Amino acid sequence: MPVRVQTEDFDVGRELAALRNSDRSIGAVAAFIGTVRDVNSNATVSSMTLEHYPGMTEKALATIVADAKARWSIAEALVIHRVGPLLPADQIVLVACTSAHRGEAFAACEFIMDYLKTRAPFWKKEETPEGARWVEARASDDDAAARWQAARKGHEQA
Amino acid sequence: MRDSLGTGVSLVYLARLREAFGVPCERIEAPPHVNTVGALRAWLAARGGAWASELAPGRAVRVAVNHDLAGDDTPISAGDEIAIFPPVTGG
Repeated sequence: MPVRVQTEDFDVGRELAALRNSDRSIGAVAAFIGTVRDVNSNATVSSMTLEHYPGMTEKALATIVADAKARWSIAEALVIHRVGPLLPADQIVLVACTSAHRGEAFAACEFIMDYLKTRAPFWKKEETPEGARWVEARASDDDAAARWQAARKGHEQA
Repeated sequence: MRDSLGTGVSLVYLARLREAFGVPCERIEAPPHVNTVGALRAWLAARGGAWASELAPGRAVRVAVNHDLAGDDTPISAGDEIAIFPPVTGG
């Protein structure tokens, strides 16, 4: 299953080995790991809780992976996103793509991450010295996702 | 074939909006004119209080109909699951 939502941690080495599956046609593996920071918006973060919308989350992630596979020549893609309570330095998310060459793997991996940040229904709630607060969405994340649409339009016009 | 107007839908509230509204979900019978996401948002905002402030025009609110992101013009039908939530912050 290329998309998993889970409370437990993941072993990046084991996941990448499984994704590669000894496929000799793969020449590139690109991976992104998102982790919990101990500071956000000028406040110390002691812990956070990841909430999601079961049912939609899996569907949204599967759609994003399918879009990436339609756009780039990648062999396999994997998304693991954790939910529930997390501490600073914990792993939150793993996105990995395999392909014959690095360009496709890098691009597909970044695309999946940018779309996940704006379309997959996850929310972070941080514990700070001033109390708990929901993390606000950033306009820069919308911009990051939008540039892939611009890139596609440019590609279609070329 | 489902009825398109004036019938029951399930509403789901997530994250900050669930806390603001004080309920995680509810089942509603909306009047017939409430047949799009935009009309539903306005109808819920008319409840006043947190509903009015959180769902006011211009507030960043996302809506999903049957697990797909929707716009104001997206139609809603009997039996739909409609989720209302703040912009997402995962990753």
